Amino acid sequence: MKNCYINGIGSVSIQATGFSIFDAEITTVQNVNKAQQPSYKELIAPAMSRRMAKGVKMSIYAANKALFEAKMVDPQAIIVGTGLGCIEDSEKFLDAIIENEEQFLTPTAFIQSTHNTVAAQIALLLQCKAYNFTYVNGANSFENALFDAFMQLKHLDKENILIGGVDEIAPYTFSMFEMVGKVKRVGDNINFKKPETNGIPLAEGANFFALSVKKTANTYAEVVDLLVFNDFKDDETSTIKAFLEKNNLSVNTIDVIVLGVNADAVQQPFYHKIQVLFTETPQAYYQHISGSYDTASAFGLKVAAEIIRSQSYPEKLKYNEAQPEKIENILLVNQNNLTDFSFVLLSKC
Amino acid sequence: MEALKKELKERIINVLNLEDITVDDIQDTDALFGDGLGLDSIDALELIVLLDKEYGIKLADPKQGKEIFQSIETMAQYIAQNRTKL
Repeated sequence: MKNCYINGIGSVSIQATGFSIFDAEITTVQNVNKAQQPSYKELIAPAMSRRMAKGVKMSIYAANKALFEAKMVDPQAIIVGTGLGCIEDSEKFLDAIIENEEQFLTPTAFIQSTHNTVAAQIALLLQCKAYNFTYVNGANSFENALFDAFMQLKHLDKENILIGGVDEIAPYTFSMFEMVGKVKRVGDNINFKKPETNGIPLAEGANFFALSVKKTANTYAEVVDLLVFNDFKDDETSTIKAFLEKNNLSVNTIDVIVLGVNADAVQQPFYHKIQVLFTETPQAYYQHISGSYDTASAFGLKVAAEIIRSQSYPEKLKYNEAQPEKIENILLVNQNNLTDFSFVLLSKC
Repeated sequence: MEALKKELKERIINVLNLEDITVDDIQDTDALFGDGLGLDSIDALELIVLLDKEYGIKLADPKQGKEIFQSIETMAQYIAQNRTKL
């Protein structure tokens, strides 16, 4: 059976353009966190850029970085995961329907409001006519994209696949989230280690990965296995142990566990259970760097892949005091609102 | 007429999100499509909606658009003669 390697990564996040987890400074997460927009002029012609939603631009930038790093020019599939798509343009289009009494609707915002516009516009720029798919499965959207690529690389005649996760912040959606208490409000204490307030520090970003069956000098890590599900059929401990055993691993052979903790007091008990199971294991977190959004777990995968390739474990990622003796196997555990669970297992190449 | 042309340029820049282009960059007789501003068929749809929404002009025959949308000059003339909204 073929393997699935991460050979290139590109990211647009709330951190400065070109940010590295090994940088000394990080922008502190607030209640709402907008992505730092890079310069798009070198990549996207102004005539095209003027019609592109923020999510499309961020994705094209991140996808380009990932492909360039992997020296991949011919992806045989483009697969994107997004929780809410280009929600800013969806809002514009819906606003226009109301304001103009269902008349004078123009095509641009409508085109951008469809979730699959991101993967489609990347394909247009690359002139890529291969498999093009978009997963919209809440906080498991990115993991479903990863799973699709993983299966195609392992079992079909595919060698190179581009995948990514993207989400945007939009004002009306944010106000709805605020109303139902899904997000942090201004002045809320944001504590990832001991959350005392409900809601997540909402953010946005795009994280793309060039995956291949071929290992290169630039390979970050191998994606060994992943499990995506909505609810536990068994208890958390048994499920994780069974997943690791399937891959000839155990709790003790995981060198670092990366947790998608999101500073929400309501969701924290789930991660606490995982912490208890992995008491002796170095525990890392990343949403204090990326902020929280449906596809933030793609940023988590980026962080895990960078740890494993660099074989170093930056202080700022430490969720507990344990220090890894070696970094060969990393397990990512994510969820959102006590559903959309995922385990992703990475190994050193 | 000069005020209408300026207003039209501002609206086109805004509606079509013409980044890095100012009112002064668009000459009254510049071609809007092709070699001039480089607008395309989606922009044409946006301009038809703009005429309807802002000036109350419904283009019944799309072929008319070819002449009306030649330049700011031709657009402004058509709007001045046919507008139903002030």
